[in-house]
Amino acid sequence: MRFGTVIREAVSGLRRNVAMVVSIILVTFLSLTFVGTASLLQMQVGEMKNYWYDRAQVAVYLCSGISPADACPQGEASADIKAAVEAKLNEGTLKPYIDKFFFEDHDQAYKHFQEQFKGNSVAKYVTKDQLNETFWVKLKDPQKSQIITETFTGFAGVEEVRDQRSYLDQIFNILNAASLAAIGVAVLMLFSSALLISTTIRLSAFSRRREIGIMRLVGASNFYIQLPFVLEGIVAATVGSLLAGGAVLAIVHFFVQGVLAPKLPFTNLVGLAEGFTVFPILVGVGVLLAAVASGTAIRRYLRI
Amino acid sequence: MISISHVTKQYKGAPRPALDDVSIEIDKGDFVFLVGTSGSGKSSLLRLMLREDVPSRGSVRVLGENLVAIPSRRIPQFRRNIGMVFQDFRLLPNKTIFENIAFSLEVTGASRAKIADKVPAALRLVGLAEKSDRMPNELSGGEQQRVALARAFVDTPALLLADEPTGNLDPGTSAEIMNLLEKINAAGTTIVMATHDRGLVDKAQKRVVVLDQGKIVRDQRGAGYGGAQ
Repeated sequence: MRFGTVIREAVSGLRRNVAMVVSIILVTFLSLTFVGTASLLQMQVGEMKNYWYDRAQVAVYLCSGISPADACPQGEASADIKAAVEAKLNEGTLKPYIDKFFFEDHDQAYKHFQEQFKGNSVAKYVTKDQLNETFWVKLKDPQKSQIITETFTGFAGVEEVRDQRSYLDQIFNILNAASLAAIGVAVLMLFSSALLISTTIRLSAFSRRREIGIMRLVGASNFYIQLPFVLEGIVAATVGSLLAGGAVLAIVHFFVQGVLAPKLPFTNLVGLAEGFTVFPILVGVGVLLAAVASGTAIRRYLRI
Repeated sequence: MISISHVTKQYKGAPRPALDDVSIEIDKGDFVFLVGTSGSGKSSLLRLMLREDVPSRGSVRVLGENLVAIPSRRIPQFRRNIGMVFQDFRLLPNKTIFENIAFSLEVTGASRAKIADKVPAALRLVGLAEKSDRMPNELSGGEQQRVALARAFVDTPALLLADEPTGNLDPGTSAEIMNLLEKINAAGTTIVMATHDRGLVDKAQKRVVVLDQGKIVRDQRGAGYGGAQ
């Protein structure tokens, strides 16, 4: 095996097909940039999910003066009821699951409400006794909110038990669907770049059909005949995927960290660390795609 | 060396088989002319010997290999022992004469030393040593075919297949090529040559196998194109 000759053949093939090679580079560049961005988005969703799920609490709303009668037949929760709920939360069966909990009375609830709806006309009309007194429960494992819900649903003086995660889930479902759609488009683009690679390699093989014919005639091994073409595809796709990796790093550095981060100070955004995780994956996908596409193309071409 | 028995080759869509129950034995050192009109099956037979194709029925054994059952990864190794020349020479137009011959050694993994040794020897054999740096299009047809012969013979194959090698050449040049083939044959290489060239066959008085419509109609040693003289 003479690698000098193989490499010379690959280089001459690349030079002969400059326009097609450039198109391979561009298509792999674009599709892999899309793949990279979509996977960063997926990482971002995952990160936000972790962050917010960790902070999500379970609210045990106690009956207020205006609670519906079917949930609160006895009206406003009495001090005894509050003590009973607190005792239950401190009990042996629940305690191991609970990280901490605190009680929010009418005054605190009113204060939070006023902060939250500052400038909104609803803040003017609401009164203290309309807002539920609440036990906020932070769980050790937010997945296990069911145990609180089951314990306190129907408990005397409790209007409702609400896991904040149920609100978050809706948001994350939307974000997830968006990033999955992006990945779907990326896969489609990858597929089209695989087709483009195989077409290019077939053209390249066609333009060298005399050489190939003679190589087969004099008994060059199939591997030796195919290698320059596979290398051709891989070189072009590698350039494209390196560009894509660079683009993803640039997006993270200049857009996410440079533009988004100052505007969203409380959100943990993806950074260069994630960018560098994605980089080798993109190059790997690009090289593998090119190797498979060009290998299949040249093998099929030679079979005929 | 070559043992073909009861071979039939039917191409898809063709009304009759290209080869029809053909059997032939060719021994080491033989020089065999395959003659017959166009479409008589000469080229099909050569293609089977080179394992470019497989028969529809029958067995083909060449150089000890069963070509019906040979796994495709062993085909390249098998072909390294066979040289082949064509009517249209099939030289690479963008390589010099030397590079054309060296190419066939390079792609089978020969060392630089082997190439430096064998290529000039092959060029001397065909009398083109002084033109090794020329491009194929600077050479006459006869010279190009000599280059093709040098390429086929450079690794001293046991078997040389020639598909109408003089088909594009004038009689004088054809005679030169024939001389070369006889020289190569004398050195021990078995030669199977498909040809139309009546004069050449008559003059050489070698074994002649006549094909007609895919069947062997005559197989005679020391004969001419039209029969024993």
